[in-house]
Amino acid sequence: SPTNHRTMPMLLIVGSREPLYEAEFSTGPQSKTEDTAHLNQFILHSAMDMVDDAAQSTNNMYLRIVDRFNDQNVFAFVTAGNIRFLLLHEGRNEEQVKAFFQEVYEAYVKLLMNPFYSYDTPICSTSFDQRIQAIARRYL
Amino acid sequence: SKQRSMSSASSNANARLGEQIWQKMPKMNAEFFTLTYGSLVVQLVKDLEDVQKVNEQLEKMGHSIGMRLVDEFLAKSGVTNCSDFAETADVIAKVAFKMFLGVAVDVTSWNAEKTACSLLLYDNPLADYVELPVNVDLYYSNILCGVIRGALEMVQLRVEAYFVRDTLRGDDVNEIRLELKERIKDEMAEEYRRE
Repeated sequence: SPTNHRTMPMLLIVGSREPLYEAEFSTGPQSKTEDTAHLNQFILHSAMDMVDDAAQSTNNMYLRIVDRFNDQNVFAFVTAGNIRFLLLHEGRNEEQVKAFFQEVYEAYVKLLMNPFYSYDTPICSTSFDQRIQAIARRYL
Repeated sequence: SKQRSMSSASSNANARLGEQIWQKMPKMNAEFFTLTYGSLVVQLVKDLEDVQKVNEQLEKMGHSIGMRLVDEFLAKSGVTNCSDFAETADVIAKVAFKMFLGVAVDVTSWNAEKTACSLLLYDNPLADYVELPVNVDLYYSNILCGVIRGALEMVQLRVEAYFVRDTLRGDDVNEIRLELKERIKDEMAEEYRRE
């Protein structure tokens, strides 16, 4: 069962029609099977309704924990342009995740400043990816 | 023989002049400027498809800007005739780039005849936050080369200006090569003299 493995935190950025970006953050040596990868995506996608509900109920961008699955928490953050950041993480520290999302948001806003990147499209930038990995290492 | 390169005293004077005028220039929001130029380039890329045509179009637009910008430059800076091309290059680097873009530019790599040099831009506000798509042979800031060419044309100098290094293309600095091709003879002046 997936709970036997220590799963890696996973960030998903979701646009209006499709996922735009996905990153897994390795926290050390562990085994990861194909099953876990697909399960994580399933968990995050099925949490989207909960994200929508939470977004409706508040003006805050940070939505804290919106869903749980076994021992994993789904944290959510909605940008001013209605792009969703979802973090799947075993940790429960909401303040730490808030700080993490703030930095991800800064990196995302810098990406939006790139005239060659169109809003609400898949993110292919390697420098964005590197920035996100560095942010994850600091906070997760 | 005549001193051909700028003494550091004259260059410092130019740098001070550039700084003074920059302080007095009306300013605009830097991000809005960057975004505007970015939209322009991206629109050209979409419209023209061929990236070489985009490079040419940016240079042409710059040329048209330079032809008009030189009047404002001369009026605000009070710079009069440069004694040689080395002084021209120094004025472009220390006064013009400073007052219009707020950036410090160095002049280096002179050839033996003192007709060609490099302008090094460490900072380029046009290119902030920009990441070029992969495998695209675009000179994103080519408008700057056109501005230089257009401005100098109005003071009777025919030059070529082109990027040899560009931070957006992976280099560590932006380098514009500036080459003096010909001093344009003033045709009208000749006719008046004959009469």
